[in-house]
Amino acid sequence: MPAVTETREQVEKLGQSSYKWGFETDIEMDFAPKGLNEDIIRLISTRKEEPEWMLEWRLEAYRSWLKMKEPTWAHVSYPPIDYQDAHYYAAPKKKAGPKSLDEVDPELLRTYEKLGIPLHEQAMLAGVEVPEGEEARLPVAVDAVFDSVSVATTFRKTLSEAGVIFCPISEAIRDYPDLVRQYLGSVVPVADNFFAALNSAVFTDGSFVFVPKGVRCPMELSTYFRINARNTGQFERTLIVVEDGASVSYLEGCTAPMRDENQLHAAVVELVAMEDAKIKYSTVQNWYPGDENGRGGIYNFVTKRGACRGARSRISWTQVETGSAVTWKYPSCILQGEGSVGEFYSVAVTNNHQQADTGTKMIHLGRNTRSTIIAKTISAGKSDSTYRGQVKIMPKASGARNFTQCDSLLIGDQCGAHTVPYIENRNMTARVEHEATTSKISEDQMFYCRQRGLSEEDAVGLIVNGFCKDVLKELPMEFAVEAQKLLQISLEGSVG
Amino acid sequence: MSELLKISGLHASIETEGGPKEILRGVDLVIPPGEVHAIMGPNGCGKSTLSYVLAGREDYEVTAGEALFKGRDLLEMEPEERAAAGVFLAFQTPVELPGVNNANFLRTAVNAVRRARGEAELDAVGFLKAVRAATKNLSMSDDMLKRNVNVGFSGGEKKRNEVLQMTMLKPTLAILDETDSGLDVDALKIVAEGVQNLRSPDFSALVITHHQKLLDYLGPDRVHVMAKGRIIRSGGPELAKQINEEGYTAFLKEAA
Repeated sequence: MPAVTETREQVEKLGQSSYKWGFETDIEMDFAPKGLNEDIIRLISTRKEEPEWMLEWRLEAYRSWLKMKEPTWAHVSYPPIDYQDAHYYAAPKKKAGPKSLDEVDPELLRTYEKLGIPLHEQAMLAGVEVPEGEEARLPVAVDAVFDSVSVATTFRKTLSEAGVIFCPISEAIRDYPDLVRQYLGSVVPVADNFFAALNSAVFTDGSFVFVPKGVRCPMELSTYFRINARNTGQFERTLIVVEDGASVSYLEGCTAPMRDENQLHAAVVELVAMEDAKIKYSTVQNWYPGDENGRGGIYNFVTKRGACRGARSRISWTQVETGSAVTWKYPSCILQGEGSVGEFYSVAVTNNHQQADTGTKMIHLGRNTRSTIIAKTISAGKSDSTYRGQVKIMPKASGARNFTQCDSLLIGDQCGAHTVPYIENRNMTARVEHEATTSKISEDQMFYCRQRGLSEEDAVGLIVNGFCKDVLKELPMEFAVEAQKLLQISLEGSVG
Repeated sequence: MSELLKISGLHASIETEGGPKEILRGVDLVIPPGEVHAIMGPNGCGKSTLSYVLAGREDYEVTAGEALFKGRDLLEMEPEERAAAGVFLAFQTPVELPGVNNANFLRTAVNAVRRARGEAELDAVGFLKAVRAATKNLSMSDDMLKRNVNVGFSGGEKKRNEVLQMTMLKPTLAILDETDSGLDVDALKIVAEGVQNLRSPDFSALVITHHQKLLDYLGPDRVHVMAKGRIIRSGGPELAKQINEEGYTAFLKEAA
């Protein structure tokens, strides 16, 4: 039997039992009633103690959403979603009063500990007891979002001394209303698309980052999203604004318990980069992908967009997408400032019955704007993966350049990979390049590795990591190591 | 134990479009510990197939016979178990692994094998020390460790890389499948020395070759002639010289 076939079969046997983040936390929750209507939106707004303008904004979004249709152009299929059959607000019940880390429910802290997310500043700062062979981790500030609310944000004091605001967006709406009002919806308008409109109406939490002029954010920022409750959707909203000459590196991670029903995650992320600003946004997406028969898993319908408003600004999206039953996601850059740069580095892994339709949009508006797209797609099992990208050069974007490379790796013979690039060039001086390859892990490669003593899983992991190297090297170091492990685990349960 | 490897009546075939094709037709071969044996024979006689079957390549179906390695049924073992047990195959055409760093690959392999053998894994420093010593002996530059496995390597570099892996993995039985092919005189000498450095009572080698030259360096204990899927003649080093002078025709007639 060919090595690859056998590997695949062994791997299929493993099923999705390798999803290590599938546990459920038993915690007392505060739910809104199921269903979506203006009263629910008012309830969310009230719970969040929002100002009137915010409620109006949400209602406007909701009214647009009612008139919109769910998009059907993506290469994915799933049964119709009943938007009335979910809770739009679910929060762990908390004791009264503001809380420091010490007052966070210990059950929540344990959950994040189990997930490997550091919420203890002290332990992190001391930096002692690094296990042998592991490098000391740099401190990372973490905002932990549990279902609909942020439960803890670390290192806020250190950051505020540097002038950086890093807090839950619900808090920012109350504490920095002018900033939020100026930028919220300025990159992704409320009625941008079906899922963005839904998010705008019902978003419950997410992170807000503001880096003022000339400040280089002193540490990596990270938000960790966890869906725990049953029958809830998660609608987070992230807004990052980086002023002239400032920079930030931000990472988001996500996991969810294993459940038989599908859960909806519809996030909106907006980035704004002013003159000479730099934003590096990295995602390790590991939502529960469903079991080996395609039951359960997260619907990950996400709108992410960055605006390079200032000259020479730079926005870089790096994503490692291993989870979710269905992914619909196109982190994009609007390259407005002269000489601004947009980058998109992506690894998307699908296994079993997972479906992913992901890619990017690079909209070149300004002169001498540049964009780079490196997309690596790995399909295994019966999964289907599509790269969908748009490069648009507008008439004023003289001297614009784009380079796109899409590589697909197939494992087994029941999966699919598709590449759908749209290129629209309206300026004669622009240069656009597109390269694409499709390959399989060859039996020669597997045999060679195994003859050298590597197990099938290690061999696949090594080859896949080699295939993804150009993207993984763009991740912050500590996360690159985690992403590598994650790829291997996803392939154990999804590839062969 | 008087035999490290004992092959008896081994038959193996490969699936082709016209049905299964038998390539090994009753191979008998014994390799005692510490000995270097050579297999020579015309193209298509089954030499490479024998090496693949011993290493565990799954394209071949063993239809009869057995192969015992250290008394264990080799043919029942997975390829990586055979590697851990001490079987190493130097590939005739080493495989490229794009994006996989050569040093990282080597360290992963060495530690996988060490783990399986119940030995302590090498840490980064220990590994680097060992690999530097080995590359120096093989006149390899450090640069080759930084490149991706066999990608863009010249023919000679690939073969040296095989010998480097062999040196680091410390096999008890190395099968060298035409490792000398395509090498110039200097490279051949380096590769031969690489093999000679490993010679010990715990190291045996099965050297598949068409050329007398490599055998001159190695000084094999036994030489076997293979034809039509069987060993048709075995003898001392003088057999290789005879083949070199007279070719295979005489042997083939004899076998027929």
